[in-house]
Amino acid sequence: MTATIARTLDEACAALADRPHAVVLAGGTDLMVEANRGGRDMEDVVVVDRIPELRGWAQHGGSLRIGACTTCAEIGDGELASLVPALAQAARTVGSPQIRNAATIGGNLGTASPAGDTLPVLAALDAEVEVRSASASRMLPLHDFVIGPKATALEPGELIAAVHLPVTDGPQEFLKVGVRNAMVISVASLALVVDRPGRNVRIALGSVGPVPIRAVEAEVLAAERIDWSGNGILDSEVVERVCELVADAARPIDDHRGTIAYRRHAVDVLARRSLRRALASEEERNGL
Amino acid sequence: MASEPLNLSVNGRPHRVVDALPGESLLFVLRERLGLAGSKNACEEGECGSCTVRVDGRLVCSCLVLAAATDGSEVTTIEGLGSDSSGAGLADVQQAFLDAGAVQCGFCTPGLLMAVDQLLDDDPAPDDLTVREAISGNLCRCTGYGRILEAVDLAAARRGSSDDSQ
Repeated sequence: MTATIARTLDEACAALADRPHAVVLAGGTDLMVEANRGGRDMEDVVVVDRIPELRGWAQHGGSLRIGACTTCAEIGDGELASLVPALAQAARTVGSPQIRNAATIGGNLGTASPAGDTLPVLAALDAEVEVRSASASRMLPLHDFVIGPKATALEPGELIAAVHLPVTDGPQEFLKVGVRNAMVISVASLALVVDRPGRNVRIALGSVGPVPIRAVEAEVLAAERIDWSGNGILDSEVVERVCELVADAARPIDDHRGTIAYRRHAVDVLARRSLRRALASEEERNGL
Repeated sequence: MASEPLNLSVNGRPHRVVDALPGESLLFVLRERLGLAGSKNACEEGECGSCTVRVDGRLVCSCLVLAAATDGSEVTTIEGLGSDSSGAGLADVQQAFLDAGAVQCGFCTPGLLMAVDQLLDDDPAPDDLTVREAISGNLCRCTGYGRILEAVDLAAARRGSSDDSQ
């Protein structure tokens, strides 16, 4: 067996160039579950979570680069949480403190589970994934990176180096439904980003389709009907119609966590709740 | 085929593990290779928290840590929580769990103690919500958590008063 603990990005890329099918391991919170069940061959592993270039984040103007091995605990707290509040909300709903201390945003992307909690937020923010190999570097929009349930566009020899996303000016929300308030795999989730200077609204759904889904028709209607130059509010009658369009955009399946009907209903509720929090008048918000 | 030797420090003592197999978890190495059976093995998927340890100061589920990835790391287990250097005395959180009657079958106790010790290091006077969040990754099927929450309050109060007296 070979387990390489890479200390630099170059070292990790070189190891993957030699052994293109090696397993790339960061926090281990998904991979080790499979390994413990005997469902994952761990003969050949490249450990990447000690690579400084993959840890932490940096702001360049209106854009953020978050290293792939930044943990959910780090994303959920501090200055980063105030720059991308929806991503922080999503990171705080992952697992437990123990899981959030290990789980990374790169791991969430690499696993590409339909229920991955950071994915709807990244979809709503039109995030791009920075992919590296020994010979090249490329940037992939999220929807080109996550190509199916647990399937990504990563080629053998490549690893996820970072995710790039914009800092937006306006309210953000992430909400999810599960059986309790901790240790929950999402039954349905929703991310809302309101970009006030850009006068647009982005709504993305998780756990209700094979990949994160953007509710484009709902986004367009909401953006058209917000009083951008006035009070910035979306009327409650329009909210109803937007929520219908959000629910229509979902493509849920029946499985052991929920039914199609329940998931569609849940998405409608999450849409209403997030829109009211972000875009209702003060009186309406106080009445919630 | 065995993997490369693994060098790690557990509770301040250096260990060299030569017989770990590929894919073996830190939990397995602690229990089966090093004989430290305090960390418990239950779900093996990070759900129950009974295997909780600190690796380089971070609270994690040792069942989800690849042993080979901990080469050079400092690990603290429940065996290292004791109040004196030999590990023989009880830590304040352990004494509080005993005094509050927070232990029934005891299987979840080591993981909970690790989580509570970390909590009180980070936040000496946590409110109720913070305590509940801090132990949300540790399942107990006996107590109903009431006495565990009382034990955390007791440990926090005692740490606070011992800090005051210094």
